[in-house]
Amino acid sequence: MSETLLEARDLVKHFPVRRSKDMVHAVDGVSLEVHRGETLGIVGESGCGKSTLGRLLVRLHDPTSGTVRFRGDDITKLSRRELRPYRREMQMIFQDPYASLNPRKRVGQIVSDPFQIHRAGSREETRRRVQELLEVVGLSPHHVNRYPHEFSGGQRQRIGVARALALSPQLIVADEPVSALDVSIQAQVINLLDDLQDDFQLTYVFIAHDLGVVHHVSDRIAVMYLGVVVEIGPSDPLFLHPIHPYTEALLSAIPPIEADDEARRERIVLRGEVPSPIDPPSGCRFHPRCRYATEICSVEEPVLADHGGGRFAACHHPLDAKGA
Amino acid sequence: MPDALLEVCDLSVSFRTENGVVRAVDGLSLSLALGEVVGIVGESGSGKTVSMMAVMGLIRDPNAVIEGQVLLRGRDLMQLPRNEMRLVRGGEIAMIFQDPMTALTPVYTVGWQIAEQLRAHQAMTRKQARARVAELLAEVGISNPGRRLDDYPHQFSGGMRQRVMIAMALSCNPSILIADEPTTALDVTIQAQILELMKRLQRDHGSSILLITHDMGVVSDLAERVAVMYAGSVVEEGSKADVFRDPQHPYTWGLLGSIPRVGRPRVRRLAAIPGLPPSLIDPPEGCRFAPRCPHRFDRCSVRPELAPRVSANRLDACHLDPAIRPSLRHRSVA
Ligand SMILES: Nc1ncnc2c1ncn2[C@@H]1O[C@H](COP(=O)(O)OP(=O)(O)OP(=O)(O)O)[C@@H](O)[C@H]1O
Ligand SMILES: Nc1ncnc2c1ncn2[C@@H]1O[C@H](COP(=O)(O)OP(=O)(O)OP(=O)(O)O)[C@@H](O)[C@H]1O
Ligand code: SF4
Ligand SMILES: [Mg+2]
Ligand SMILES: [Mg+2]
Repeated sequence: MSETLLEARDLVKHFPVRRSKDMVHAVDGVSLEVHRGETLGIVGESGCGKSTLGRLLVRLHDPTSGTVRFRGDDITKLSRRELRPYRREMQMIFQDPYASLNPRKRVGQIVSDPFQIHRAGSREETRRRVQELLEVVGLSPHHVNRYPHEFSGGQRQRIGVARALALSPQLIVADEPVSALDVSIQAQVINLLDDLQDDFQLTYVFIAHDLGVVHHVSDRIAVMYLGVVVEIGPSDPLFLHPIHPYTEALLSAIPPIEADDEARRERIVLRGEVPSPIDPPSGCRFHPRCRYATEICSVEEPVLADHGGGRFAACHHPLDAKGA
Repeated sequence: MPDALLEVCDLSVSFRTENGVVRAVDGLSLSLALGEVVGIVGESGSGKTVSMMAVMGLIRDPNAVIEGQVLLRGRDLMQLPRNEMRLVRGGEIAMIFQDPMTALTPVYTVGWQIAEQLRAHQAMTRKQARARVAELLAEVGISNPGRRLDDYPHQFSGGMRQRVMIAMALSCNPSILIADEPTTALDVTIQAQILELMKRLQRDHGSSILLITHDMGVVSDLAERVAVMYAGSVVEEGSKADVFRDPQHPYTWGLLGSIPRVGRPRVRRLAAIPGLPPSLIDPPEGCRFAPRCPHRFDRCSVRPELAPRVSANRLDACHLDPAIRPSLRHRSVA
């Protein structure tokens, strides 16, 4: 395997709950590595901590505890100024294309801001780069004069993609970067990200709930459940033969498309209440909804165990992964 | 169609900008029958959101010019005074917005905002409203709703904000629900739960749903009829089975060919429709798709009408002879 670009150790992020002493355990002990040139996909239920983890990885959040290393350097405690050179190398595409674009700035300005902040390139060069960037994400040159509210949802999302690509970073944490795009433009953007990866060895952490997309783009996938990683491993075997029961349930819920001939797969409906990140269940966090759960599951927290072939899963009753 | 509950006739929306007039919606016609679910799919930027905002009377841009008719039970909503339109919104027609922050403000707690919406349409005390809000939040899968309703929107995850808005839209059991990309920020399990809520609305209250989504799986699950939009108007319409199994318009061929599927061998590259989306400032004359269409021929310089060419319930806007379409299609998506 190639060099480790980014390493998270025991990352924790808790948020206070209003009017009480409770905490939201958004991210609750995540360790993982991202290798240079790979795409690590992150999937999991809405609210399980994916965006929070993404922000921790590029230090847009300060962790409650744990460390993040970028190219071996511990960046967890760096001051704003010390972080600056790293900022340029680590970009984030935000999940919410509305909130992340300044409504009072024209798009040309938004995309050229990174050049100015990091004093990269002359005016003329910047102008040309901005035009290029807009074009590669499928927007036209006359769009530079418009304000964010004058764009469709998918167009705004692409502005965010263009901005993240501006300074040719090494790492991009992309939080739902194509969720608002129709499948054809989605394909264009994904192909673009692919090309950049081939040409510049770019590394991606790709957060998305569209499992078809995640499967397509990712070399490895991490499955999160309620603030922790429950399974991580190479993309194809994980999709074909999930080890963790939550991964199995997640995959079974993909709605099939009418034109697909294959019969409907059995959909595993998760029983029970959606668990709360305020007081996560004891033992295995998935046990109240797991169809394989036994007594030990509610008592002992399973660790991420090695299942061979680069696959890890945290479950007392792992599913048979022999087929892999 | 006599039993149409909502009918959009030849709707156009243009925006004056520094660079010219943007024809965002350009002659859109669409109808929705009682209890029916119609799915709208199409290119990003093709006018799905703008047309539905026009139906809701929510386009606030002073540079907008809106033309056409929107008939609700025969009554033209475009002619309604503002205060009457406000009653229609949230009561008879509710919308799940693509941008959750269209419906939520950052300065009030989530619970307060839903409660206000409830109290605007139903008589209830603050306490009753608060209890009902907790129920609604639980229905959209938010855990510990009693404690979370005092959070502000920024304290919720993207998908949680989306679900808050869904709870708001469903709270008054509208006769028509317009859902603009309602599940983009949701994982498949919670998505299934939300789709179930929408089905329940249709089943228990006979409501009709206009569902905008780029997720073909979601359309498949919910919609009976599907309309495909490109550059401001509908280019193809028919039953779900017809549109997915036997698409007629070359844009639809390209669209369906681009979907990455789980459980199929991974392809190296996804198929994308070549070329850029058309400029809506000087849209191409004739068929809007022509500059990107591999099958264009001389007739395509005249704009094709949306009309039945294959059978009575199948509309498309393409000049190609229906007889030769299947062979062309298989060649282009091989
Ligand atoms: N206020 C505005 N001024 C100028 N152009 C606008 C304005 N609002 C929207 N547009 C343009 O109108 C077109 C239609 O936008 P709309 O938001 O309806 O697209 P959409 O089909 O919903 O796309 P998406 O799937 O990306 O959400 C887009 O090209 C957009 O740039
Ligand atoms: N700034 C914040 N203050 C308080 N709580 C927060 C904050 N940000 C996130 N949370 C909480 O942390 C949990 C995880 O949120 P996060 O945004 O990471 O989820 P997610 O996996 O990205 O979900 P989604 O798929 O819906 O985007 C949620 O319960 C959320 O409400
Ligand atoms: S009308 Fe012509 S250009 Fe348009 S889709 Fe049909 S064949 Fe292609
Ligand atoms: Mg998120
Ligand atoms: Mg839209």
